[in-house]
Amino acid sequence: MTIQQSLNSFRTGPDETGHFGNFGGRFVAETLMPLILDLEKAYADAKADPAFDAELKSFHTHYVGRPSPLYFAERLTEHVGGAKIYLKRDELNHTGAHKINNVLGQILLARRMGKTRIIAETGAGQHGVATATACARFGLKCVVYMGEVDVERQKPNVFRMKMLGAEIVPVVSGSKTLKDAMNEALRDWVTNVHDTFYCIGTSAGPHPYPMMVRDFQSIIGKEAREQMLEREGRLPDSLVACIGGGSNAIGLFHPFLDDKSVEIYGVEAAGHGVASGMHAASLNGGKPGVLHGNRTYLLMDGDGQIAEAHSISAGLDYPGIGPEHAWLHDTGRVTYLSTTDGEALEAFQLLSKLEGIIPALEPAHAIARAVEIAAKKPKDHLMIVNLCGRGDKDIFSVAEHLGGMS
Amino acid sequence: MTTRIDTRFAELKAEGRAALVTFYMGGDPDPETSLKVIKALPKAGADLIEIGMAFTDPMADGPTIQAAGLRALSKGITLEKTLGIVSDFRKDDEKTPIILMGYFNPIFIYGVEKFLVDAKAAGVDGLIVVDCPPEEDDELCKPALKAGLNFIRLATPTTDEKRLPKVLQNTSGFVYYVSIAGITGAARPDPQKVGASVARIKSHTNLPVAVGFGVRTAADAAEIAKVADGVVVGSALVDAVRHSLHADGRPTELTVGSVVAIVEDIAKGVRSVKK
Repeated sequence: MTIQQSLNSFRTGPDETGHFGNFGGRFVAETLMPLILDLEKAYADAKADPAFDAELKSFHTHYVGRPSPLYFAERLTEHVGGAKIYLKRDELNHTGAHKINNVLGQILLARRMGKTRIIAETGAGQHGVATATACARFGLKCVVYMGEVDVERQKPNVFRMKMLGAEIVPVVSGSKTLKDAMNEALRDWVTNVHDTFYCIGTSAGPHPYPMMVRDFQSIIGKEAREQMLEREGRLPDSLVACIGGGSNAIGLFHPFLDDKSVEIYGVEAAGHGVASGMHAASLNGGKPGVLHGNRTYLLMDGDGQIAEAHSISAGLDYPGIGPEHAWLHDTGRVTYLSTTDGEALEAFQLLSKLEGIIPALEPAHAIARAVEIAAKKPKDHLMIVNLCGRGDKDIFSVAEHLGGMS
Repeated sequence: MTTRIDTRFAELKAEGRAALVTFYMGGDPDPETSLKVIKALPKAGADLIEIGMAFTDPMADGPTIQAAGLRALSKGITLEKTLGIVSDFRKDDEKTPIILMGYFNPIFIYGVEKFLVDAKAAGVDGLIVVDCPPEEDDELCKPALKAGLNFIRLATPTTDEKRLPKVLQNTSGFVYYVSIAGITGAARPDPQKVGASVARIKSHTNLPVAVGFGVRTAADAAEIAKVADGVVVGSALVDAVRHSLHADGRPTELTVGSVVAIVEDIAKGVRSVKK
């Protein structure tokens, strides 16, 4: 079903109660409700304050290294023989992924609110590293919750966070991955309401987080839009980005949502395949439910018990997805595809060999589908793929999966 | 409309004492044993019973109650079976109020309308759904009230004077004051602060106020009974179950008795305070 035609704009959400259509909302315990209302107000104030924007911009330029380049992947394009493929190089940001865009915004906000202790959840560790980095920069106490399974498979990032002065709390409850890290972070927040700011890493959670994270990540799409206009004199014809919670994707997509000529593709992690039941594709293999403060598509059993997600990529290993993506899926504005572990590993190697860019396993999922879509498009089709993270953190686990590379 | 909850609090007020509200996870350590425990609670001194609806991701609960939920789920508890436990309980007990407590997703998936009809038919009197704040009242609270169930809201130390009326607006049965900002089973509450908070809530409502989180002993319960209309005990019961189990999680002959013993003890604490 599509209601695309009846909407004037896809960029006005959420409504004042934090809903994108039926999705989103504020399903949190009463202890947190006043904090979320405070946060909403503080964010609205900051958004209206030119000084906040100026400070954020300055850090983007001098600390993160923005704007990130829009790079024409010439050899990949030749190899595919279809659309002209550009990579939005957010993997070149300080800390190696798009996560820092959002973290800086939230940490500057936390400072405005007088909070002194920052907590975060992390899956692949990229959000944890970004948070630890910003906390080091501003002298804030930082506690990062990370599933025990992820602590094991993302060791380099664990070490980086420790180096930056963060306290890492391995989470042993539930499936010991990202969703459980988020549960523990919420419990911490419930317990330490007075001094603590919860820096959520993806465009999910209770309102205003999905909106706020999207706003901070929209720098990706705003830059890409300008850069493409400058390079090619027109808008791109398609966008492709990977999706766990969906923050890099919504960041790229949002500024283009009302450009009807732009095809938009989100790529979920299909793990061993959506049909296998061992995946992290909430839209393609889940249904609407309520978790972590919002209504969205979730992986669960028939009794509403949350299922474990499965993906080779720790950053996509989450049984939910941001509520705005759920809405964009239902309205039909964005097409959501999926990539298996095996396909992601192939794309990981392809990009490394053809472009000299080792992508993180997360955007390798996007590359896999992008290559397939691009092959069917004419040579004047302009495609942007969000390269949201670099693969340094993944080389050991990839080597393990490939049985060691000689 | 008067529910069993209203009637029970009115009776206890006439009797001059506070209520003992016991929380027990439905299906822990298995559905059959949990029914035995729940059936034994009124005689042990429980005035109202909260039955936990197990959920994989209980974000406001501590490790004790989360583990109880996971034990129950591993033994096949579902929302439907939890309602079955209530029906079975009602065969022998028409008076003790039953409140289901948990999180929204299992109810949402069961279907809100169907759930309310089935819960009412099973003999449920009220609901506490932790992640449905007043901001989401259209989802479950209002339909539940319409279906004749009480919707019991949590008030917390972070619920300030300005927000309290909003929290109380669609609350019925009683108000559950969470005595600490934290998760279940965590720190002990400070009775003096609790007293002031209960008084603050009472200045806004005529509903009874029950206090929970952190109450573990008869002495704790007596302290709270002095200042509140009800004392909620949960993690202490769940811990008693856990300690009674075989290493592989099966119940022992001590399981039911160990919960009964702790409820009897705490009930003495509650009943020692005349009001």
